[in-house]
Amino acid sequence: MPPPSTARAMPPAALVDHYLPATGSYDEMRTATGEVRPHWRYLLDALHALGPAGIAERWREARRLIQDNGVTYNVYGDPLGVSRPWELDLLPVLIRSDEWAELERGLMQRAELLNLILVDLYGPRELIRKGLLPPELIDGYPGYLLPCYGVHASGARPLVQYAADLTRAPDGSWRVIGDRTQSPSGAGYALENRVVLSRVLPSLFRDSHVHRLASFFRSMRRTLTRLAPARDEHARVAVLTPGPSNEAYFEHAYLANYLGYTLVQGADLSVRDGALWLRTLGRLERIDAVLRRVDDAWCDPLELKEQSLLGVPGLVQAERAGNLVLANALGSGVLEHPGLTAFLPGLCRALLGEELLLAGIPTWWCGNPGDRERVLDDLAHLVIKSAGAPVAERCLFGADMSPAERAALAARIRREPHRYVAQERITPSTSPAIIGERIEPRPTVLRTFLVAEEDGYTVMPGGLSRVAWVPGTPMVSNQLGGLGKDTWVLASEPERQESLLASNELFAPAVVRESEVSSRVADNLFWIGRYAERAEGLVRLLRITIFKLSERASFVRGQDAACCAHSLLAALTRQTLTFPGFVGEGSAARLRDPVPEMLSLISDPQRLGGLPQTLQALGQAAWSVRERLSTDTWRVISDIETRLRSLTKKPPEELARALDELDPLITSLVAFSALTQENMTHNEGWHFLEAGRRLERGANLATLLRSTLTALASETEETLVVEAVLGVTDSLITYRRRYQAGTRIGALLDLVFQDETNPRSLAYQLLKLERLVTQMPRTEHLGGRTPAQKLVLRALTGVRLVEIDQLVQPDAGGKRTALEGVLGTVSKELAAISDALTAQYFRHEEQPHSLLNRVERGAS
Amino acid sequence: MRFRVHHVTRYRYEQPVSLCHSVAHLKPREQPGQRTRSAHIRVDPWPAVAREHLDFFGNRQSYFSIQQSHRALEVAATSEVEVTPRAVPDLSRSPPWERVIAELRESREPEALAARIFTLPSAYVPLDAAAADYARPSFAPGRPVLEAVSELMGRIYRELEYDPHFTTVATPLSEVLAHRRGVCQDFAHLALAGLRGLGLPARYVSGYLETLPPPGQPKLQGSDASHAWFAVFLPRVGWIDFDPTNDQVPGEQHITTAVGRDFQDVTPLRGVFYGGGEHDLEVAVDVDRIEPEPVGG
Repeated sequence: MPPPSTARAMPPAALVDHYLPATGSYDEMRTATGEVRPHWRYLLDALHALGPAGIAERWREARRLIQDNGVTYNVYGDPLGVSRPWELDLLPVLIRSDEWAELERGLMQRAELLNLILVDLYGPRELIRKGLLPPELIDGYPGYLLPCYGVHASGARPLVQYAADLTRAPDGSWRVIGDRTQSPSGAGYALENRVVLSRVLPSLFRDSHVHRLASFFRSMRRTLTRLAPARDEHARVAVLTPGPSNEAYFEHAYLANYLGYTLVQGADLSVRDGALWLRTLGRLERIDAVLRRVDDAWCDPLELKEQSLLGVPGLVQAERAGNLVLANALGSGVLEHPGLTAFLPGLCRALLGEELLLAGIPTWWCGNPGDRERVLDDLAHLVIKSAGAPVAERCLFGADMSPAERAALAARIRREPHRYVAQERITPSTSPAIIGERIEPRPTVLRTFLVAEEDGYTVMPGGLSRVAWVPGTPMVSNQLGGLGKDTWVLASEPERQESLLASNELFAPAVVRESEVSSRVADNLFWIGRYAERAEGLVRLLRITIFKLSERASFVRGQDAACCAHSLLAALTRQTLTFPGFVGEGSAARLRDPVPEMLSLISDPQRLGGLPQTLQALGQAAWSVRERLSTDTWRVISDIETRLRSLTKKPPEELARALDELDPLITSLVAFSALTQENMTHNEGWHFLEAGRRLERGANLATLLRSTLTALASETEETLVVEAVLGVTDSLITYRRRYQAGTRIGALLDLVFQDETNPRSLAYQLLKLERLVTQMPRTEHLGGRTPAQKLVLRALTGVRLVEIDQLVQPDAGGKRTALEGVLGTVSKELAAISDALTAQYFRHEEQPHSLLNRVERGAS
Repeated sequence: MRFRVHHVTRYRYEQPVSLCHSVAHLKPREQPGQRTRSAHIRVDPWPAVAREHLDFFGNRQSYFSIQQSHRALEVAATSEVEVTPRAVPDLSRSPPWERVIAELRESREPEALAARIFTLPSAYVPLDAAAADYARPSFAPGRPVLEAVSELMGRIYRELEYDPHFTTVATPLSEVLAHRRGVCQDFAHLALAGLRGLGLPARYVSGYLETLPPPGQPKLQGSDASHAWFAVFLPRVGWIDFDPTNDQVPGEQHITTAVGRDFQDVTPLRGVFYGGGEHDLEVAVDVDRIEPEPVGG
């Protein structure tokens, strides 16, 4: 997004004077005769008052908030990384209350109508029987899922949530340009936009009397609770996401958090006893309702798309048995058929006895011979949609095609007419957006959201507006890159006191209840702990090594410093497992000039075990459980990612420069661990994060001691080594206070190996681990200690029983073999503890396989 | 004629399976000319959940789920069916095939509306120009539809080689047509693609065929197999079956289990299991004639 540059001025008058909407389309702010619509004046005045610098500042603030909250929209196959920030325009779309009320009526009618169509198509099919809908239109549409025939519970509304994309005709009347009926997304972005904008423009927001959004989400909660099959306990609802690589994963996590629901992936769930269950740590939890963000066809590999790994085998049957409510019901994607628009006016009269209030775009279904001929005659002026085609071919503009392409399309239409739908090309209405330093009209699409309540549908008062960057863009979609906008429905009078409460409520989750920790979440948290500690340990070791290398250059201690540096470099290779590095083949040359290898560990994103990969892994694990991390924690993660980017984009060419990057990184990593200590409830999930951290710290320490202390060295060198180890373990001050007699290996081991009060010692890590594994959930019937508990106990006892005096004694060959042996044992034991935890808690359900690959085939 | 059909499917897994969900089309369908006197499915190990419903096409679909760890699964379906001989229609007196297409488009009778889905391509029967071209020579303008279909059936029977080793479930129709070989499913799919390519409503039929041993020899247990053929729809008449594997209009030796757009809609048994590793499969089918009980005995 081109930022509004602060440099040059935006003369207040120019705000509007240069704002020239195209003739022939409706503009939200300016009338055809050029006047500013009255309900925009207040906003414009406020912008004048802010001035260009003020606007730029608010814009930066908004951007920071978005970044901090990790609001992203992923685009599949984006080579730049998983997530990119959501773009938000500072200007909301303003809609008058009375206008909105009319739109609302139309939307409610449309939702009711679509719901009735859905119920009929998967049940009696009267609409087809009576000739109101041609069978080819429905039966030939891939979104009409035959296995879902008859699954809907009678009486309920299977279309629980519904979203309509709208724009305006030149006369200002609303037009529906698309229906989202299977897993409509965007409500979370709308909420986040509101949160950001109301914080960035607080007084403007307050004085504009904007309708609040929170009530909509309360309705959604009420509905899901009401629909869930009655059980003694309260209903448990989960948000089903395709996972972190989905474009709208942020929203899934955000909504789950806001609504107080557990965020789950298909692999976390299984169908048993005809019901849906969530695998949590050591037990199964029944799920009563699912707010799904996985498309229909991917929800059940047993009866729908066989190759899908996103769904749950048996889900269709669980829904059929009435043991589960899905929002929306499986198969509701049939309502997204673009050709349905052509039939809605008739269906509305037949089903509701009313005229359709909200018009769609003029539409022709080519399965109808008369319409087909009309479409083929006019192909150059129409938009052609092919039902169920890949996204890229879903929407074709006749005008943009060559005559040969049009002829080929005509042939395809003649061959399979029922698959093609033609629509009039429309010019979307425009609304003002801040582009560069000016306000410019941009094509706008408004997505509105509805949720079923007991006696009808409720409309979110507001919605998600999106504008295209380029004027004249006919389609506005996030997949193609667009700018989000908040939508303000202006109350004619201020909302009562409630509004204050409501605005607070926006920032806090709707309910405070702990959601279940699934095995997958625990697994990710465990690895967050490991990666965070791994990164921190690595950065600490790198820093001390760089210091020691610079000392090597000094004349006095040169020789000894070199030896000390060598052992640190060896530790570096061992800790990162980047062999041969400074220990294996070719290490002599690398030790002579360690700089390239070190820089590679610091900034090469391709280097396995290097710092960038470790940080990246941390970011990914965090992203996978983003709903579990507080905003502050998330901000630190986002800091770390920013530093990672700068590290890899402009790799430092010398160690001193690298140090400048490493110092702030250490601060962020320490902040991260402090936040997980202080800002996370010490619940089941936290135990795993913490266990990961302790295991990693213990392992790093054992490696460091092994690399630095097992070889005998001169006294000066030993002093340097002890200093270095104390530096890496951040224990220098305690050491100096305690052992004033100078630096000795024995004293060092006492402090960093056996001292149970030093948070950086091995014994301390094991002591903590012992507590953590004891508090981890366990199956009741299992008596005695778990395997992990036994392993921790053995390791801790081993460390406690060691005689330090014996460890420091070298053998005849000048090596501390005893120390080496003890450290080797501890390393193995730590690895075994990690394996035991993995086996006990993270063993995910095996991947489901389909039996269809080898079904029987008739032999007659 | 009355039959007892016994269809056993056994899976053996290399590793234990902890959870398994299956859906089956193994119980005979109720339809004109066929009455099911009894049908049941026995699953071993015992399924924690077993249910049945009528699917979109009116077939009996069973669902079961096994929640105990197991290394072998056996599904045995046994049914007794009474098949009454269907009057073989007079092929040459059927309406011209173009009129069937036109009438179907106009007709408001529920059966005709329900048959229109069978003019559309489906997963295993895609719109295939080569298949339509293959069928076309039998469809001279104005030719009685059943005569034309019957000739198409005969051509498939003569021109394609029966070869159980050439195709798998995943073999596309184009390959079957190119190599002119396959099994009953492939022959049925080819006929469907040809007929639908011309605009005719045609459906896939899954079932069994009674086979008789060569004279003087005893019938071997488990020697039968599940079978597949196809049917075309005539407004006001209904569905007429054709068996291209045997070049005959099914009479009283064909037992229908389920109908659909293609194999995928009516797979006899499919499932998803957790764990298991490699598995092998064994199927045995017996179709036995039940002699009528002596009257008054």
